[in-house]
Amino acid sequence: MRPKLNIFSNIDKTVLFLYLFLVLIGWMNIYSAEYTESHRFTLDFSSSYGKQLFWIVTAFLLSAAVLITDVRFFTGFAWIIYSFSLLLLIGVLLFGVEINATKAWFRFGGFAFQPSEIAKYGTALALAAYIGNRRNRKTGAAEKLKGFFIMLLPASLVLLQKDVGTTLVFSAFILVLYREGWINGLVLFFGALAILLFVLTLIFNEFIIIGALALTGFLIGAAMRKRQGFIPQLIGLFMLLSVYVYSVDFAFNNILEPHHKARIEVLVYGGADLQGAGYNLHQSKIAIGSGGLWGKGFLQGTQTQFNFVPEQTTDFIFCTIGEEWGFAGSLIITALFIFLLLRLLYLAERQRSAFSRVMGYSLISVLLFHFTINIGMTIGLVPVIGIPLPLISYGGSSLWGISLFLFTFLKLDAERLEMI
Amino acid sequence: MHLNNNTDMFSGRKRVVSGIILGIGLVLLARLFVLQIADPSYKVFARSNYLRYLTDYPSRGLIFDRNGELLVYNEAHYDLMVIPGQVRELDTLEFCELLGIDRARFESRLAQARNFSRFRASVFERQISKTTFAAFQEKLFRYPGFYVQPRTLRRYTYPIATHTFGYVGEAGPNIINNDPYYRPGDYIGISGIERAYEEELRGKKGLRIRMVDVHNRDTGSFQEGRLDTMAVAGNDLYTTLDARLQLYGEKLMSNKRGSIVAIEPSTGEILALVSSPSFDPGLLVGRQRTRNYSALQNDTLRPLFNRALMAQYPPGSVFKLVSTLIALQEGVISPSTSYGCQGIYHAGGVSIRCRSHPGPVNAVSGIQYSCNTYSSIIFQNTINQAKYSSIQESFGRWRDYVQSFGVGMHFGSDLSYELPGLIASPDYYDRIYGPRGWRSQTIISLGIGQGELGVTPLQLANITAAIANRGHYFTPHIVRAIGDPDNLNNQYSLANNIPIDQNHFDVITQAMHLVVKEGTANFSAIPGLEMAGKTGTVQNPQGENHSVFVAFAPVEEPKIAISVVVENAGYGSVWAAPIASLMIEKYLNGDVERSWFEQRVLDADFLTAQ
Repeated sequence: MRPKLNIFSNIDKTVLFLYLFLVLIGWMNIYSAEYTESHRFTLDFSSSYGKQLFWIVTAFLLSAAVLITDVRFFTGFAWIIYSFSLLLLIGVLLFGVEINATKAWFRFGGFAFQPSEIAKYGTALALAAYIGNRRNRKTGAAEKLKGFFIMLLPASLVLLQKDVGTTLVFSAFILVLYREGWINGLVLFFGALAILLFVLTLIFNEFIIIGALALTGFLIGAAMRKRQGFIPQLIGLFMLLSVYVYSVDFAFNNILEPHHKARIEVLVYGGADLQGAGYNLHQSKIAIGSGGLWGKGFLQGTQTQFNFVPEQTTDFIFCTIGEEWGFAGSLIITALFIFLLLRLLYLAERQRSAFSRVMGYSLISVLLFHFTINIGMTIGLVPVIGIPLPLISYGGSSLWGISLFLFTFLKLDAERLEMI
Repeated sequence: MHLNNNTDMFSGRKRVVSGIILGIGLVLLARLFVLQIADPSYKVFARSNYLRYLTDYPSRGLIFDRNGELLVYNEAHYDLMVIPGQVRELDTLEFCELLGIDRARFESRLAQARNFSRFRASVFERQISKTTFAAFQEKLFRYPGFYVQPRTLRRYTYPIATHTFGYVGEAGPNIINNDPYYRPGDYIGISGIERAYEEELRGKKGLRIRMVDVHNRDTGSFQEGRLDTMAVAGNDLYTTLDARLQLYGEKLMSNKRGSIVAIEPSTGEILALVSSPSFDPGLLVGRQRTRNYSALQNDTLRPLFNRALMAQYPPGSVFKLVSTLIALQEGVISPSTSYGCQGIYHAGGVSIRCRSHPGPVNAVSGIQYSCNTYSSIIFQNTINQAKYSSIQESFGRWRDYVQSFGVGMHFGSDLSYELPGLIASPDYYDRIYGPRGWRSQTIISLGIGQGELGVTPLQLANITAAIANRGHYFTPHIVRAIGDPDNLNNQYSLANNIPIDQNHFDVITQAMHLVVKEGTANFSAIPGLEMAGKTGTVQNPQGENHSVFVAFAPVEEPKIAISVVVENAGYGSVWAAPIASLMIEKYLNGDVERSWFEQRVLDADFLTAQ
């Protein structure tokens, strides 16, 4: 029999504090984004800030419930939770409602719920169970393929909902696989290279890119000419990249949907088409840029309120932060997230079981992806992909999903000495 | 189970991951630093100054007739816009005097704008005059938050074809919330061509971003105009209308209720589309639009109602053309099969009267004299054919034929708000009489074009065009070419075939030719022109019968097919046929020589008489 421990004594206080702080900041900014002079504070549940209060309270209750649950529940029921989240994803395709052209929501009265937020959590659990189980065995190609399938399945279902943003989130799990040694560092490098070449090809003529690649290849080849068998590999790589560069244009024009294309074009070619795809980004940049060093102050932002920035409480909540709290506020929020991520990394690394570590890394990957893409899109670094800023953006499903995820990991961490 | 501290050979990778996290953080912060601190172009706002988004409105596409004559064009005017969040203390008295409005209106307009958005532009006063504009421009610096936006209004060469052109109005909140293209004060086509071709006509708005200081002074373009775009004018439309014919048709129909539809059979192009009573399209432009619109709406003659596309009448005797064609195709009669007529036909409990005419009639003379007895017999024989096992089957087959002429369906062309007409289904009669409760006698009136039948004037003209083509029609449409007169709209160039043999159409054409030469419409024959036609007199339970006539000419290689309906005007031969004959003469000969004949129609007044 294990001694009965006070749950809270073992919980990592740093993460807990960061969590509470970010949720509080989020709620304040949702309130500010909706604030108007004629509409002063009243606790009405038709407003976003009113609803968010409900979501926050229920998220706390959910988190508390996670903390008092026996840790064996998560390890033992990982596959069942995963299957359940898949069922929800199928269910939403059949019975869900369509909001903003994506069929990703269940609606209950005034509240809408997005099962894909739970699916990320379910996927992490399944992945953790899968990797944790075969930790001490050599992982062959067949096992890896099955592992990829765990992620591919929910990602494809989310894609069927036409929710491209959330689908892309599943690619973040690559970081987990990297840490677990499933994939080589070169994969990360070539992934980054592919994105870089994609953008460069849209800006420059493809022959210039291929020329630059040839030159780089030649220089590397000259420097490494002593190494046996390296030259043929280099030539093969060069040919592969050339074909890739050559096909970017085709893929861009024929495979992407027009509105996705427009969002990338806005980013690459600058401010064109302010009345169409570029409008959101332009308004968002103005809002954030106008914040200056110290910002305009709480409730004083002129750009983010009313109709200037669409989705101002959800995907573009960072505009309110940037405008009202200035660079100082942006710096604090960014630093808080970085701090949270690094702290989680530290916690993940001190786990004794692969299960707990994979959960930790999954949480880091998902948070990092959301954080990067969400802030990146509001300041024009990445295309506009509609995913929320974790813990900050309005939205109950996201808050629930992240809380569930985070507190499950904290619970695992608190009992790490029991976990083998 | 194991303690993986010993076996985890990839733990070094945590350094790469933390490197990625820190790297991303640094990139985001660097970008935020540039945006929020280093780049001065966004700093304008920090000093509570504003960007003003000036829309360059493209000129709306022009509308021409089939001969290249300009029918609809644009004229410049100015809207006074307001951004409520930027409005400061101002001399309200002076402001109201300049604009010629009172204090109450000023307050209510401002409240309305504030209600929409404090930070986006609303129209404060639309279409201010040029003098007001000039006076206002000088004092603009005293009124922060206000500015003038140039716009255009529609103008019309002739006061014709109102229903066809439709009109342009301000986009309502519903549209603005659902379509990001439209902003408050933007115009959108609401009916007719303006609506159907909105996306062609509207062009692409341009945008200029200007910086404005607290004194409402323009301080230059934002980021050297890098983000500005030019307006692209809308595409011009070349309609199928013949302006002269349309004008003439509206003149002939003045003081009458009804419609004229003229189609070029070889293309389906609509040459004239008249709905009477009508009104000047200029009434629905500009500041007076709302007032004029409600006046038109309250008019008991219903001028807003587009009779040519939306009035559904039983077609009357004109429909004998279709029912005879079906009987011929089904083999129920041959062209020479003839029946005697006693002036009345008894079917079940119904008696159908007939006007006196020379004795036994066949397919040709039946149409020539519009014999009700003949039409009733062949209809009954068609429905009672032994080869069909039930009336549901045989009537369903008959109905398919009628539908192949375009009756009972939308043409799906570029005309707004056309109605499909009506032809009852076997289910309909089953519901009313029970599946075994109806026979051919029950629905006998369909054979002479009465009963559960509704056909619009457009569909009547289309049936006529199909006969003129001896068995096919092209979907009637109103726009020939978009952007360039040679860029022909070939969306409607596929023929719709009618499953009836050509030789049967030849019989019907011969009959229609005789109708004009020596039949019910000989009064309306045009000297020197071969015309084929058919009169109709539609029984109208509410009042005097409707006068109907369909025709095409010349008989060989027809250039025009036409339908005319004059409501409450009596026999088809008396009013509808003369109007059709004048229209055809005008179109084919360019001028009308029978001036007494024309004067008689022009003098006819069926509106004030009632």
